[in-house]
Amino acid sequence: MSTDIAENDNVDVDEERRDFIHIATGMTAAAGAGLLAWPFVDQMNPASDTKAASSLDVDVSKVVEGSEIRVLIGGKPFFIRHRTAAEIASAQSANLSGMRDPEEDADRLVPTPSGEVNPSILVISGACTHLGCVPVGPGGGNLGDFGGWYCPCHGSHYDTSGRIRKGPAPSNLPVPTYRYVSDTVVNISL
Amino acid sequence: MSGHQSTYDPQTGIEKWIDARLPLPRLVYDSFVDFPTPKNLNYWYTFGGILALCLMTQIITGIVLAMHYTASVDLAFASVERIMRDVPYGWLLRYIHAVGASFFFLAVYVHIFRGLYYGSYKAPREVLWILGCVIFLLMMATAFLGYMLPWGQMSLHGANVIIGLFGAIPLVGESLQTWLMGGPSIGNQTLQRFFSLHYLLPFVIAGVVILHIWALHVPGNNNPTGVEVQDVKKDTVPFHPYYTVKDAFAIVVFFIVFGAFVFYAPNVLGHADNYIEANPLVTPAHIVPEWYLLPFYAILRAITFDIGPIDAKLLGVVAMFASIGVLFVLPWLDTSKVKSMRYRPVAKQFFFGFVVACLLLGWCGATNPDNPIIKLGSDQLVVSHTDANGLPASATFSEYEEAKAHMEALPAESAPSMGIQVAPAFRFLHLGQILTLYYFAYFLVILPVLGLREQPKEEPESIHKAILGSHSQSDDVRLVPAAAE
Repeated sequence: MSTDIAENDNVDVDEERRDFIHIATGMTAAAGAGLLAWPFVDQMNPASDTKAASSLDVDVSKVVEGSEIRVLIGGKPFFIRHRTAAEIASAQSANLSGMRDPEEDADRLVPTPSGEVNPSILVISGACTHLGCVPVGPGGGNLGDFGGWYCPCHGSHYDTSGRIRKGPAPSNLPVPTYRYVSDTVVNISL
Repeated sequence: MSGHQSTYDPQTGIEKWIDARLPLPRLVYDSFVDFPTPKNLNYWYTFGGILALCLMTQIITGIVLAMHYTASVDLAFASVERIMRDVPYGWLLRYIHAVGASFFFLAVYVHIFRGLYYGSYKAPREVLWILGCVIFLLMMATAFLGYMLPWGQMSLHGANVIIGLFGAIPLVGESLQTWLMGGPSIGNQTLQRFFSLHYLLPFVIAGVVILHIWALHVPGNNNPTGVEVQDVKKDTVPFHPYYTVKDAFAIVVFFIVFGAFVFYAPNVLGHADNYIEANPLVTPAHIVPEWYLLPFYAILRAITFDIGPIDAKLLGVVAMFASIGVLFVLPWLDTSKVKSMRYRPVAKQFFFGFVVACLLLGWCGATNPDNPIIKLGSDQLVVSHTDANGLPASATFSEYEEAKAHMEALPAESAPSMGIQVAPAFRFLHLGQILTLYYFAYFLVILPVLGLREQPKEEPESIHKAILGSHSQSDDVRLVPAAAE
């Protein structure tokens, strides 16, 4: 029997069927909106070329003894320092008991392909663990009280192994993920 | 006001034709010409109009600056310098935009304090107040994004600190940070998105401003007595010409001061460091935000202690956002039925204390938190060495010569060394902590408790009676010599 719309009030409406259609339509629309939103959110994440630029090969043989070079990887600073014999000795002989973040110097180095450890080359992050300032080193005329680095922002002193010895920084300058590609080239990655 | 009947009466044929199709002239007439406005609004109430003009100034100068600016880490700094040197009147447009940001915030702070004093956040204006808080939040976001664009040292390192705050959020913090920056650090991609959003947000602000004015025009203006309009004829005057003229006068005065800064002191509110191109390898010695964000920066740094499992860094971030968030719920925190502080003798004193606390917090935000305010004793020199038994020993001196002589007298094998022992002091950190406590106590303790405890003064019966009261007094004074004649 055909129903007259004007007399709709008297017609039996299948409420459940109607609810189902409402909910199904709403859910589909919400899922569609969510799917469409995702590309707009995800485009903010690092692009492929940005991610690809997150590692760097550095020839450490070019670093003069007693000096350091500074490299930026993905905008983050890293120090590669060629330590003198005296600096190595002071890093190795330092007493760990008084340190805020005790760590052996040997644990902060990575072996070369031949399996030996080259203690003269130290690779560490260049962002102070306090608030991310960049400490000054051999090129900046201030090595701090422990011969390593000094952060001018709030006065953190790091030793020749990059360990925090004095000042507000909570931890050592971290050692980045890196490996020796050859005896003289390191690959540092974020 | 919502109960107010439209008085727009189109005379000409074309006005009638438009009115029947899109009654925009009617809306403008009813909102800004014949809108009934309390008779007793003082100059503190002109800052709404001033702010509307500030927003327009920023949008117009901003659109023009965007025609000359290049959002690229290699070109941004140079393009800003080109605007300053080579673009015709570029220096003027940029200084108006930069000083304009400061004056926008100056006006908004006056506007907010005025709302706090006269209880403009109370029923029935809660939504109006919350929309204002949304605008304030959007303004801070816009200012932060815009400060990045010149790509100076403070642009980069300031943004670094602020984005670093998100890193304090547990679990998602680090990925959120990467998402915001679009890479492991702030780079070209970050500058481009900041530029895009800095261009977008002012228009969002303009949209919320329309809602803000709409929400204002439903209950109508609050006024210095805090007593609602009872009789439109007696208590109100039409917005035009009474308040268009009053607002215009205030706008002229405000923009004279603004102009004085633009032409004679365009850089005093900024930082010299931002005229050095951004360099991720060199950090400025003092990273400070622009003056208008200093109180919040002080609250961020005031939290130096952990509470249970929550560390100080996260607590600081939470406190900073809570200091703005608490404004949103203020209408339900203040329990007093009396709107205006004129009739709240005790609350008034706490209010002025709050204003002072905010200003002092700004001072704390600008200063190294370790700087002493009051020194308790003087710094000492400590000479330490290893004694004959191999135990550490030390001696304290106040004079360098004495310390040096003592150190030289010690044998070299006892490894003497000298250090400074800083005297205890009442520092900016401590002041910041006390003021932060007062800031939150004002909203969370003082206003809720005082509303129930305080004995308010008698409010006037109506706006026009309040005016007549003060007028009849001054009339009496004038009448006395007149009668003597």
